[in-house]
Amino acid sequence: MKRTWARTEELLPYALLLPSLIFLTLLILIPMVQALLLAIQADTGELTTRYLERMAIDVNFNDAWRNTLLLIVLIVPLQIVLALAMALLVNSRFKGHQWFLYVYAIPLAISDLAAGILWLAVFTERGYLNTAAQGLGIVDQAKVYLSFENFGGLVAAIVIAESWRATAIVMVILVAGLQLIPRDYFEAADLFGANRLRRTLYVVLPLLRPSLQSALIIRTIFAFQTFAVVLALAGRNMPVIAAEAYNWYANNRDAHLAASYALLLLALTILFTFVYLRVLGLREAEVKR
Amino acid sequence: MSAVAAARSPRMNARTWDRVLIYGGAILLALWVLVPFYLIFLSAFSRPNDVFTYPKPLLPTDLSTETMQTFLGSTGVFASVINSVVVAVLTIVISLAFGAPAGYALARFTFRGRQAVQLVVLATKMFPVAILSIPLAVAFLRLGLYDNVLGVALVHSAMALPFVVLVTAGVFAGVSNELEEAAMTLGCSRLTAFLRVALPLALPGLAAAAIFTFVISWNEVFASSILTLRQRTLPALVLFALQQSPLYFKFAGGFFMVMPAIVFIFFMRRYLLNLWGGR
Repeated sequence: MKRTWARTEELLPYALLLPSLIFLTLLILIPMVQALLLAIQADTGELTTRYLERMAIDVNFNDAWRNTLLLIVLIVPLQIVLALAMALLVNSRFKGHQWFLYVYAIPLAISDLAAGILWLAVFTERGYLNTAAQGLGIVDQAKVYLSFENFGGLVAAIVIAESWRATAIVMVILVAGLQLIPRDYFEAADLFGANRLRRTLYVVLPLLRPSLQSALIIRTIFAFQTFAVVLALAGRNMPVIAAEAYNWYANNRDAHLAASYALLLLALTILFTFVYLRVLGLREAEVKR
Repeated sequence: MSAVAAARSPRMNARTWDRVLIYGGAILLALWVLVPFYLIFLSAFSRPNDVFTYPKPLLPTDLSTETMQTFLGSTGVFASVINSVVVAVLTIVISLAFGAPAGYALARFTFRGRQAVQLVVLATKMFPVAILSIPLAVAFLRLGLYDNVLGVALVHSAMALPFVVLVTAGVFAGVSNELEEAAMTLGCSRLTAFLRVALPLALPGLAAAAIFTFVISWNEVFASSILTLRQRTLPALVLFALQQSPLYFKFAGGFFMVMPAIVFIFFMRRYLLNLWGGR
């Protein structure tokens, strides 16, 4: 009797975990294999590279991966800097800092579609940016920022909207990381006469490295999926990989090409994660934080 | 600032400057976050024709609910809001039913393979799940789950599951195991000890997990758009209508999608750090 009870206790954690693992297998692992098959297997069952080739000669293909990478290169560093500023300010624990943490975190609960629309109100020709710029006498007449001819304007608008929205995730990761640093370290730095800047540079940032690294990885991975904010601000004038996957399925009903783009996205995500882990020399323990 | 440091700085001037810098910076960043909300509020509470006015009024002197009324009265909007809510509620039920036991297991037991499970949770948290909606759409067509709120809720649950596991693990870790053990020595079985002791204490945390799950589902665009045709959720409808719809429709839709976020983040602000920073 006693023995069976101990045995049940031993198996209990596995029984509790099993439903989740089955669920994730059904909804992530198997679809991942199917995405691969959709991209390399014809409906008749034979293996083929024709969908991948078709993707590679697609009119939007080169623009799509170039734009995706361009946006990542512009957005991610900006977010890290902004989020670091927010996190360091919150962590200085001034009176009312919890309220600022809440305000900075609000965009965490906003979709990239909604963020795109919010900034559309700013950047549209009769929008708030032109109103403000003209009111201040910076421009004489309303400018068109979001048009096919103004690639720079489109990129700037998307970068601003995404930095506005997704900085919150980075900020939360960094604040959590800062809280793990014992307060004694700050006081020790103070005692040795370090001012705020030197304390930040030589004490806080090195200790925050693991959090910065995981923020960098998470944000880069998510930035690959940028799509609705692009559609909201630039329409079809700025192809990105995720939007191509969406279009091939939603508008052209072509699951093979959509899956090819999805596979490209997955491959790039995995490649970037791997490169980051390699370049940053992360150990498993650090990634876990 | 610590007492030691305060005592060491003889010039009050430097401290005042320090404060001005901190508050100034904090307020500036807060404005950067808040101003777009204010502007979309102005845009949504106007008249449909106001999108053509220029320069735009920057003060709320001429508010109207006409745009919002037109938006909510447009074909499909009301149904899509209902769909969004149904999908979100289904997502909460599914992901908590699967995730909370897993979170409990991680919080209470040390067992072989624990590390591996944690790694799986971490990997799924970062995994671009939405992309898998393309193969899933093909599979769902066969299973009769395509264009079905349950199909969308399943994908949303896969996205929310790692977060639910993390938050519930944190919540149950915060409920002392000794209380449950005490209940068991007093004659409770493991199940009744859990139901009568641990669960009530964990409820606020579980509610926070539910709220965050709602936010994930309410916001999700890619999977909802791929997996539906007529049973669209609100984001799927707004995305679908993006090319044809007038500006006022977009602004009203944007405001309507954003509104719950502010409220929900407020309710779960205590758990924010568990979601992304947690162990």
